[in-house]
Amino acid sequence: MMNLKLGLSALGFTVATSAAWAVESTDPIKLTLHDWSGQLINTKIMGSILQEAGYNVEYLQADYIAQFAGLKTGDLHLAMEIWETTGREALDEATASGNVVNVGETGLMAIEEWWYPSYMKDRCPGLPNWEALKDCAEEFATAETAPNGRYVGGPVTWGGFDEERVEALELEFEVVHAGTDAALFAELESAYQRKDSIVLWVYVPHWAPAKYDGEFVEFPPFSAECYSEPSVGVNPDLAYDCGKPRGPIWKAAWSGLQEKWPGAYDIIEAYNINNDEMSAMVGKADLDGVDIDTVVADWMETNKDRWSGWISK
Amino acid sequence: MIRLNRSRIVILTLVVVTILLGWFGRDLGKTLDARWLTKFPSAWVIPFKSYISSAMTWLIEDAALGPVSFTDVTRAIAWLIEQPYNLVLTLLADGFVRGQGNEAQVILPAISWIVVIAAVIALGQYCRDWALAALVGACFIYLAVFGQWDSAMVTLASVLIAVPIGAGGGLMTGIIAYRHPTFERIISPILDLMQTIPIFAYLVPILFMFGFGPISALVATMIYATPPMVRITTLALKAVDPEILDFGRMAGTTQRQLMWRVLVPSASHSLMVGVNQVIMLTLNMVIIASMIGAGGLGFDVLAALRRLDIGAGFEAGIAIVVLAIAIDRLSQSFAERMGQVHHEIPGTWITRHRRTVLVLVLLVLTWVLGQFSPLLLEYPENQTITTGAFWDDTVKYLNVNYFDTFEAIKVFFLTWFMIPIKTVLLGIPWPWAIAMLTLLGWHAGGWRLALLCGGMASLILVSGLWSKAMVTVYLCGASVILATLIGVPLGVLAALNKRAGAVINLLIDTLQTLPSFVYLIPVVMLFRVGDFTALIAIVLYALAPAVRYAAHGVRSVSGELIEAGLVSGCTPTQLLRHIRLPMALPEILLGINQTIMLALSMLVITALVGTRDLGQEVYIALTKADTGRGLVAGLSIAFIAIIADRLINAGARQARIRFGLEN
Repeated sequence: MMNLKLGLSALGFTVATSAAWAVESTDPIKLTLHDWSGQLINTKIMGSILQEAGYNVEYLQADYIAQFAGLKTGDLHLAMEIWETTGREALDEATASGNVVNVGETGLMAIEEWWYPSYMKDRCPGLPNWEALKDCAEEFATAETAPNGRYVGGPVTWGGFDEERVEALELEFEVVHAGTDAALFAELESAYQRKDSIVLWVYVPHWAPAKYDGEFVEFPPFSAECYSEPSVGVNPDLAYDCGKPRGPIWKAAWSGLQEKWPGAYDIIEAYNINNDEMSAMVGKADLDGVDIDTVVADWMETNKDRWSGWISK
Repeated sequence: MIRLNRSRIVILTLVVVTILLGWFGRDLGKTLDARWLTKFPSAWVIPFKSYISSAMTWLIEDAALGPVSFTDVTRAIAWLIEQPYNLVLTLLADGFVRGQGNEAQVILPAISWIVVIAAVIALGQYCRDWALAALVGACFIYLAVFGQWDSAMVTLASVLIAVPIGAGGGLMTGIIAYRHPTFERIISPILDLMQTIPIFAYLVPILFMFGFGPISALVATMIYATPPMVRITTLALKAVDPEILDFGRMAGTTQRQLMWRVLVPSASHSLMVGVNQVIMLTLNMVIIASMIGAGGLGFDVLAALRRLDIGAGFEAGIAIVVLAIAIDRLSQSFAERMGQVHHEIPGTWITRHRRTVLVLVLLVLTWVLGQFSPLLLEYPENQTITTGAFWDDTVKYLNVNYFDTFEAIKVFFLTWFMIPIKTVLLGIPWPWAIAMLTLLGWHAGGWRLALLCGGMASLILVSGLWSKAMVTVYLCGASVILATLIGVPLGVLAALNKRAGAVINLLIDTLQTLPSFVYLIPVVMLFRVGDFTALIAIVLYALAPAVRYAAHGVRSVSGELIEAGLVSGCTPTQLLRHIRLPMALPEILLGINQTIMLALSMLVITALVGTRDLGQEVYIALTKADTGRGLVAGLSIAFIAIIADRLINAGARQARIRFGLEN
């Protein structure tokens, strides 16, 4: 059986080489898949374009952070969504090793901020202005946090400086960290079902703002100085008295990719997509239950000119 | 009537002093201006983290023996495991494909669902009877009908590879340990660590060594699932009747023959218990394995919960349970059949292997006819059913209508049970805690145990993880208390009432194989993020051994003792209180021991709902790819587990001695 398989793969190799006239190597380019739809769509669009250009691709399921181990050793080749906001540290560490390169922005912009469902506006008039939170912290309180309001933050590993923000802006809130993304949105789903009070960490592109009606709190706009200099901002004595930074979502690749598949590297570099398209596609997949492959195929169909341009570059 | 002798008074006083110290520890530290009593100063911490990290970097980047580097060796091992894995995966899931990417052509599709189902039914009938055949058949039909087939086959492929390697390797190691007592003493602590260090703690180095993908997942799974096999092998071989051994020697066997023809067959029954453990633990790892590229059912669970599709997550989770039940029952009855003597059926090869022939014919038929009708190869997608909406609606209904009740229960438990324990544990000054632990070790098992307890506790302290370790002890302790309070009565009930026993057994089988992630998210929806949610998840998962061991203990109380009780006119209640429970105590203690182990292994999972203990430390280290930090936290969890294990074992031994079961 083993021999049969080896024989078959050898045969397959000869066939593939004769057919692939344009590409540098027929070895599959390995793209990583994570467990959220936006990333799946993003990666599969990239994969489809590479396939159109004649490359072979292979999708591998991988953990968001654990994948860097694979990218460094060349077991994995391309990760399509490294968020400035949550993955920067790991990305910097990986690029510093020389084995991973940052291929540039995907065009998607990550927004992360405090977010509340629309019905909270009736209970806390003045929202989305952050100063409204000062007066109605008690609206957001639970038995455990009363009289302080309860703010559900992301996993501690996401950072975000929410404790510091609460203190600097003198908000009477307690920060409770959800351990994972899933737990975070389970809280939202639960509260939304009961029309209960909640304010929590939401980020886009994500399906949540499409499914639930609500908006971001408007904090004083972010600036680098606001984070580093206590004197800048609303509170003269403390730093972090502003909103969170917004950041691009990066593409990261194994450093050997450019050498092995230079053409593919150029396509990857050219690849660009925006928040609105992505949100629409994520909504289609997660809320209307459309198969991800169908969503990707639709995009490929309607954007033929765009991606052909990236290939011919 | 409690007799108060001197040692009891001393113990009682020490306990009360410890609790008081814990309650007022913080204030004490403040008034004495000695905050270091409750909070270990960071200046005294020994940076084990960075030592381990740099050692790992050296191992992965520089270690070499001549031209062969360490990673070359591990990569070669990975390649060896990959070959059979790819073959099985091709047969079950992918099919033989020619060419890559766009030019791919299917040469031979994967084995049809019809053939796989027929094969397991035939295997069930061969191993025992039609009842078993029907059960495993139903299990696999569930997978097809609920649309879980493709993922289930990927998971099955990894189980089919991990279990033989794990069980075989465990058997070999166990045999060596049986032959050489020194080797046994060396690997025993290593096995402890393999079982108690959470996988997340060593995931990053494994990824570097074995490459990214299913093989690393398989290796991690084997590290976790093999130790019980090693232990059981050594125990089983030791337990072989010396007369059989003597008989083997007299018959003039060589050492090899003695082992493989005499010892291993006579111990086969116990050995199968080990194999069963390997299977169960392997399926436990499905979720974590899917995080590093194993795919399959575990990935479906994770992805479904990520989009809060509770129903889909639940169905994929149940598919894991169903798969576990089928494989477990098959392997058990297969072992039973191996133990029996069989008469050769006369006739040609075909008449003797009717089932095999039938399955092979089916296989060829589906492959040939499958060209014309895809139904024969793949279960039609539009014929699948789903109960997803039902689960979503149930959780929503509970959430909308009963949230206030849940909230009240939670607040009650927090104020009267959990927070007091937490305050006391975090308040005990560490010098006192370590002293007490050492004393306890000495009392239970002499100076060796005292040294072990004191030493390990000090190591946790100097790694700077004391308060996180105390939160761990609090969370596990509270869960174990609850699990014991629920589990032991359930176990007693299961032992005394057959019908209740069957229901309870099914329940705990499910709880143990159902990935905890499946119920973690609904629990978050009903109870919010926090310690109470973690408590529920841990109790549900760790309940099983408390029930099993209690049932086993009560069942195995000797009939004569019961008879004696009945003769002296005991009522059923008295029988339970004065004979059954005391005699079952050693078993119950061992059950609690196992409960503690499972509770500790759940910590990493509960970190996913925001606890602040060692589990979280491991999880943070994983997300930052910090090998040293993860291993130090993982080792601390292992130390807590080992201390608890040794203390309870010593206690159980004393109890057995007291009842004259051991001397």
